[in-house]
Amino acid sequence: MTVAIRGISRRYGAASALAALDLAVSAGEFVALLGPSGAGKTTLLRIIAGLDRPDAGSVVISGRDVHDLSPRDRQIGFVFQNYALFRHMTVADNIAFGLTVKPRRQRPPRAEIAARVSELLDLMRLTGLGGRFPAQLSGGQRQRAALARALAVNPKVLLLDEPFGALDAKVRVELREWLRDLQRQLRLTTIFVTHDQHEALQLADRVAILNHGRIEQVGTPAEVYDRPATPFVTEFLGATNRIEVEIRGGRVLASGRPLPLLCGIAADHPDGPATLFVRPHDIEIGAISASSERARIRGTSVNGPRRLLHIEFGGLRLSAEIPRNDASAAPLLETEQAIAFKKAILFPRPDAARSTGLGRVSATVLTE
Amino acid sequence: MAAEPRNCRQIVVRAMLTASALAIVALFLVIPAVFVFAQAFARGLGYFVAALAEPDALASIRLTLIVTPIAVIGNTVFGLAAAWCIARFDFRGKNALVTLIDLPFSVSPVIAGLVFILLFGAQGWFGPWTIAYGIHIIFAIPGIVLATIFVTFPFVARQLIPLMRQQGRDEEEAALVLGASFFQILRRVTLPNVKWALLYGVLLCNARAMGEFGAVSVVSGRIRGETTTMPLHIEILYNEYNLVGAFAVSSLLVLLALVTLVAKALIERRHGGELAAAARGIAR
Repeated sequence: MTVAIRGISRRYGAASALAALDLAVSAGEFVALLGPSGAGKTTLLRIIAGLDRPDAGSVVISGRDVHDLSPRDRQIGFVFQNYALFRHMTVADNIAFGLTVKPRRQRPPRAEIAARVSELLDLMRLTGLGGRFPAQLSGGQRQRAALARALAVNPKVLLLDEPFGALDAKVRVELREWLRDLQRQLRLTTIFVTHDQHEALQLADRVAILNHGRIEQVGTPAEVYDRPATPFVTEFLGATNRIEVEIRGGRVLASGRPLPLLCGIAADHPDGPATLFVRPHDIEIGAISASSERARIRGTSVNGPRRLLHIEFGGLRLSAEIPRNDASAAPLLETEQAIAFKKAILFPRPDAARSTGLGRVSATVLTE
Repeated sequence: MAAEPRNCRQIVVRAMLTASALAIVALFLVIPAVFVFAQAFARGLGYFVAALAEPDALASIRLTLIVTPIAVIGNTVFGLAAAWCIARFDFRGKNALVTLIDLPFSVSPVIAGLVFILLFGAQGWFGPWTIAYGIHIIFAIPGIVLATIFVTFPFVARQLIPLMRQQGRDEEEAALVLGASFFQILRRVTLPNVKWALLYGVLLCNARAMGEFGAVSVVSGRIRGETTTMPLHIEILYNEYNLVGAFAVSSLLVLLALVTLVAKALIERRHGGELAAAARGIAR
């Protein structure tokens, strides 16, 4: 089942939660809405479910505009951030709820409901827990019970609001992989909200990055990570060094000094101020090449298999990251090392973009 | 906090404080309650039964038993609706509404009674109009019901508002998305989640409705045997120096108070957590 969001706007008083937002989700797709808190992710999810009304725009589910449909008729599975399990009902009664509230003519017989509940308990790895109350379950079990309840009514679309937000790190990683397999298996169109970029990149077929009620970029995890469309996306998707630079005659200068880029920009690149982003793992240390520059090591720390280096280069403080199992020893503190940027992303600054007549700030990916 | 008293002086102070607290409880609560029963049975069981079997006493009991259920049911419905609206929706004037719900607690019941007389009395704003249609409100049962509803309005709503606010609307929304209708949500999600707080509020409301004196006294006109509820009848008997009669009827009200207390204690013991939320809300 497809979901199409067309020009959705939502305001709360003077604040705009969503501004003319468009998004198309194809059948069976797993899409992540990624963004910082307050970006409008949950509002969008609630509008799709019908729990919130847009001020403008429409939601189309499998070809039908659902504007006039009540949430109860939209055939949507919704898993709330805190699961919202019915606290006074057993897990089995929670799962059966959607089936037992159907109008008498559509309601399956008791035995059929019981069979469906037990099938879902097994599918959700909750076998034997049907008689417990939500308060007697662990966080991960509650999440799976909420999912089972949502799936019991065979929804057309599954919406998950921060599905892993309330779980501890180990359970979260485990459940992520499980959920991904389950979604593939069910081929159910799924949209989930998260503020965790790792989660979005790992799980989703496509990621929509939201900021201030607008979609900054939509694409596959590889697309948005490798070719971020805006400075916001670049910074949100992972640690990065931000350097204010000046483009002059096909050279990239920071405080008048050329940066050690392994791949330069086109000679006809318009001159002007710009912002350059380099991810820590794209900084090569000890590289010997024509464009290398010297930088001073100011500090190091260990992060699992990686080593973080704090380096100083021409008045700039940068973070670099190198593998730790490298045969070579860690660069000594306060030594000078050759560095080079393997990959960088360049955005003309908005003021410069305007003066050079470029309508939209577009990125240039500098890579070998 | 020091758990062990360090010296004799501390022990003495603690004992004195405890003793004085118990003395106050005995003087102001236990002795009066015992006294009520002692007076009621002062001239023996036969006299007690006769005092209750007297037609005016029976009429007052009957009237109280008519008025109280109407007021309690009305306030349960109003209280649920008000608490639900306040906890679930944001609207203009919400804070004003929450404050207004407390009005009956802060205004003297006599004033409430006077307001109803001004509104529905023979010379009041709506009085002549309702009387023209043959509906007598003041000095009749409808007025007593209205006054009782007004005075006991906050009990149910005050119990439910903080609890429903704390529980949020997630469960109701989950039920809605799962396809439940309004009444299915109310019956299967909303009410079960608040049932103990609701019962608690209903108990308090019931106790107050039976015992209400001030407002009812003003609107009833105290027509003996017709518009006198139990508290009004007690006062009439007392003014006539019929102490045994007055205390016989009183003993019924005190008995009700004791039953309410026991029921309340049982609910608190079993469902303290839910009610604590309500208590915090009231304190706020």
